[in-house]
Amino acid sequence: MTITQINKSRKKTSKNSRFKSITLSLTGITVAFLFIFPYVAMLSTALKPKSDITDMPPTYFPKSYEWGNFIKVFQEIPFGMYMRNTLIISIATMIIGIIVAVPAAYYVARNNFRLRTPFLLLVLVTQMFSPTSLLIGIYRELSIFNLVNTYQGLILVNVSFNLAFSVWILSSFFKSIPVEIEEAAFIDGASRFQTFRKISLPLAAPGIVTTAIFTFIAAWNEYVVAYTLASSPEKQPFSVGLSLLTGLYEVKWNFLFAGSLIAIIPIIILFISIEKYLVGGLTAGSVK
Amino acid sequence: MPWIGPALLLIFVFVLWPVIELFLVSFREISVSGLIKGWAGADNYRALLDNSDLSGTLKRTAIWLVVVVALTMALSLPLAQLMNARFRGRRFLRYSVIVPWAASLVITATSWKWILDPYFGIFTRILVDLRIADEPVDLLGDPRTSFIVLLAVGITVSLPFTSYVLLAGLQAIPKEIMEASLVDGASAWKGYWAITFPLLRPAFLVAAVINSVYVFNSFPIIWVMTKGGPAYETDTTTTFAYKVAFRDQDIGQSASLAVGNFFVILIFTMLFLKLSKWKELDQQ
Repeated sequence: MTITQINKSRKKTSKNSRFKSITLSLTGITVAFLFIFPYVAMLSTALKPKSDITDMPPTYFPKSYEWGNFIKVFQEIPFGMYMRNTLIISIATMIIGIIVAVPAAYYVARNNFRLRTPFLLLVLVTQMFSPTSLLIGIYRELSIFNLVNTYQGLILVNVSFNLAFSVWILSSFFKSIPVEIEEAAFIDGASRFQTFRKISLPLAAPGIVTTAIFTFIAAWNEYVVAYTLASSPEKQPFSVGLSLLTGLYEVKWNFLFAGSLIAIIPIIILFISIEKYLVGGLTAGSVK
Repeated sequence: MPWIGPALLLIFVFVLWPVIELFLVSFREISVSGLIKGWAGADNYRALLDNSDLSGTLKRTAIWLVVVVALTMALSLPLAQLMNARFRGRRFLRYSVIVPWAASLVITATSWKWILDPYFGIFTRILVDLRIADEPVDLLGDPRTSFIVLLAVGITVSLPFTSYVLLAGLQAIPKEIMEASLVDGASAWKGYWAITFPLLRPAFLVAAVINSVYVFNSFPIIWVMTKGGPAYETDTTTTFAYKVAFRDQDIGQSASLAVGNFFVILIFTMLFLKLSKWKELDQQ
């Protein structure tokens, strides 16, 4: 092959690869837009003044941009109350979830006890049985305990059904800590609990944060159980409260969507922050 | 025991107890106010089988499960490939795909419902501007199209999870293997099916099984967009069981349907356990 020939073919491939990368970019961005389309449409409605909402046909963009809708939403609909309820339920679920899952995960990662296999099996099975399929059982049980329409009821159900993910992620984090480090502390005279608290816990901190965020998000987005159990607006999280508002005669769509965006945007950011660990946790490590 | 005790307690009380309660209730005669009147034998199951809306619901549930899972899996293969390719805007794509996964399903469904509103929604406007339609289009109000719309939305919210699982699978394949498939002169398409896909198969199967459970249990999409209506035209067993229990107040009959649902999920769970590597954590 002569030099010119080589140069020619080089030129050709670089032209080809540039064409390829532009095509890829265009495809990628188009596909990305398809995924965020409903949320962009929501934003457009959230920014519209009341008069624009009932335009027929509707406009693609607001005639005037009412950024104030994001503040007015707290007066126009009981959004503040829904957010308070959501926060109470999610934060409590997160805290209790961590308190319960951390010791269990640590124990599973470090000990070979007799009921280890049945325990792990039980935990994994709960990942498959969402509360949706057991709703009647949950409802009747919580009536016995007088926990219908209470925060406690929602929190406990949320914690229980999210344990699988937490135990799985956390125990893989604990397993990645070399046993030797713990043994060294042990030899230095630390008790088992001290070793766990001073050595293993701090080392597993990234795992604990990931698990906490995931549990928080799951509780934040939970709908079916709250829809069934939280009958009074004073106890409803935003998912239930906002969905019930759409059934009213006059729906304030702009405020409804302003509230919706306030409720989902921080969650999307949190979700992206734990993306790396999600797949492993949700597939019980069978992929990663 | 103090280490795993609390976790065990919660699982027993809030997961296993409801399962037992569900089975018991399906054999009980229950008053409208929820009080147990006595044993009902198989009466609830008979009432369920006699329910004229059951067969349509079962048929739709099968379609829902098969169509949503099959199309989700088929579409997530190229989507994962695209998410794994190197190009400007890849991060934007990856984050955009996460959005329907992270966002509350209720909110996503509400947005679609508003977009598809025949008079005030943007969908009609787009069709009119493209000269496809010249009058309001009511996809959700028409029983012939409403279920198709639900299927489509169901697919868009299922895709993020499955494509992220496949992306993780792709990232686990050594670069040399992927490159080797191209150097050998095999066309990209041939190389994909001969080399990449077989390596991706475990991830593909796990994603399909877990996705099946999610899709089968799916409630918010259908409930928010159509409430299973018009009438029972878009119900799956999940929304149907909810209606029978909490709207028609027939707890016993609904429980008998939920028992059926339980066994469907149990089958998927067994498949999942077979495919997953939970035993690896089990063996030290």
